[in-house]
Amino acid sequence: MAYAKPLPKIDTLNRPFWEAARQGRLVVQHCTSCGDRHFPPGPVCPVCLSDSQDWVEVSGRGTLEGWVEFHRAYWDGFKDALPYRCCLVRLDEGPVLVSNLIGEGEPRFRAPVRVVFEEVTEDVTLPRFAME
Amino acid sequence: MSRELKDKVAVVGVGNTRYGNFPERDEYSLAAEAFRNALEDSGLRKDQVDGLLVCRIPYYARMGEVLGLNPRWTLTMPPHGRMSAIGIIEAVAAIEAGLCTTVALLYANIGRSRRVNYGGDENPSTWDPFGFTSPGAAHAMMFRRHMELYGTTTRQLAEVSVSVRYHACLNPDAVMRNPITIEDHESARFITAPLRLLDYCLINDGAVCVIVTGRERAKDCRKPPVLISGFGAQETYAPSSISNFDMEFWYPAVKASGEQARGMAGVEHADIDALMCYDNFSPTVLFSLEGLGFCRQGEAGSFVENGALSLGGRLPVNTDGGHLSNSYMQGWALNVEAVRQLRGECGTRQVPDCEVVQYVQATPCTRSIIYTRG
Repeated sequence: MAYAKPLPKIDTLNRPFWEAARQGRLVVQHCTSCGDRHFPPGPVCPVCLSDSQDWVEVSGRGTLEGWVEFHRAYWDGFKDALPYRCCLVRLDEGPVLVSNLIGEGEPRFRAPVRVVFEEVTEDVTLPRFAME
Repeated sequence: MSRELKDKVAVVGVGNTRYGNFPERDEYSLAAEAFRNALEDSGLRKDQVDGLLVCRIPYYARMGEVLGLNPRWTLTMPPHGRMSAIGIIEAVAAIEAGLCTTVALLYANIGRSRRVNYGGDENPSTWDPFGFTSPGAAHAMMFRRHMELYGTTTRQLAEVSVSVRYHACLNPDAVMRNPITIEDHESARFITAPLRLLDYCLINDGAVCVIVTGRERAKDCRKPPVLISGFGAQETYAPSSISNFDMEFWYPAVKASGEQARGMAGVEHADIDALMCYDNFSPTVLFSLEGLGFCRQGEAGSFVENGALSLGGRLPVNTDGGHLSNSYMQGWALNVEAVRQLRGECGTRQVPDCEVVQYVQATPCTRSIIYTRG
């Protein structure tokens, strides 16, 4: 059956993130001038405005800064997944991401989490997180 | 901020439509009705309005054509809730700069009849593949953090919805007029947990108009003027990729805005008779109370207990029923309610001896306005 959930809108700016995810690597944008690491990517570094930026791999480890459970589907593709959990993760390297919290057990605030890659289509792999 | 603008501009006319589901009407039709009501309320002639500000109305020129207005100052605000106080402050600045003398600010919303969802493909974001969408989910995430950081409970959160609904029951214009209890809140269905249906604002059609002019001109208007005595502002633009979200509940921005507004108006917390608080979702009220300093950070849960936000309580909040129970006019109706309270027009929901009312919006564009009786 065709994958019915929304897929990332891959563009010039974010393509390195999704290509790395397909290879099982979590990357964030990195400013080669001041060293700031951030996500989602921008056309210039939000700290020093340099346009000299690349992507660096991060550890995939972070802390659970919050979570919610959706009981309403805003896309038909999520109807069968209800209720599902989304989470807020602060990576050890700094950037904050939204993702899905997978695995069993009650979420614990600021618990250590690690990335788990899940291939959802031939082209797209989603970085999700599980408590350690 | 801007002490020289203290008490220079007054609200002289307010008007609104009925609130509900009006599939046969558009923004222009609703806004025209609100404008007519506000103009009547002010006693001004239409040709005395020489400034036009529109929000959530498709095209300013069509609005001018509909109303037969050719002002010398026009501004269009994006259709975001946070624009109401921005618009009012811009109008104050324009009048004091001499760009115009009298501004009609118009807001209309037809989201109910057009089935707007405020999530999914209407608001594309980076996080869609994970199913994370909607302002409600962002507020649910913030409230989860507040629960974990400070021990705030959903029963405490319920106090917000219960008090605001109590006020709506006293407001003949309000959409939701059946009383609710904490137990009703706790048993309502989840939308995005930990938030439930009764933590979410309404989505309804309607329009609001506010007319402001300089203090001197205001003396000639039909009703006593309500002065714009103070205001404050602070944006928080990261993380805008997670829209309507802030790791710190906009605490620094609300604190700064409140301090600016109180300093400009020359009032203290104890002087504030009522608070009109942007309540798109019930947790925003807790965040606003903390940021404004009505209680310490993390203590809003205990502050709101035992009906503290109801008429007769320690700080009446959203005496018209707010966005949660009166009408989703994205801040505009709350500013109108501030004016009506200061005029003493609120009937059974009137705050006794009301002299100072504060408005606040804890959002990526945080604003606070302090209104006083002229």
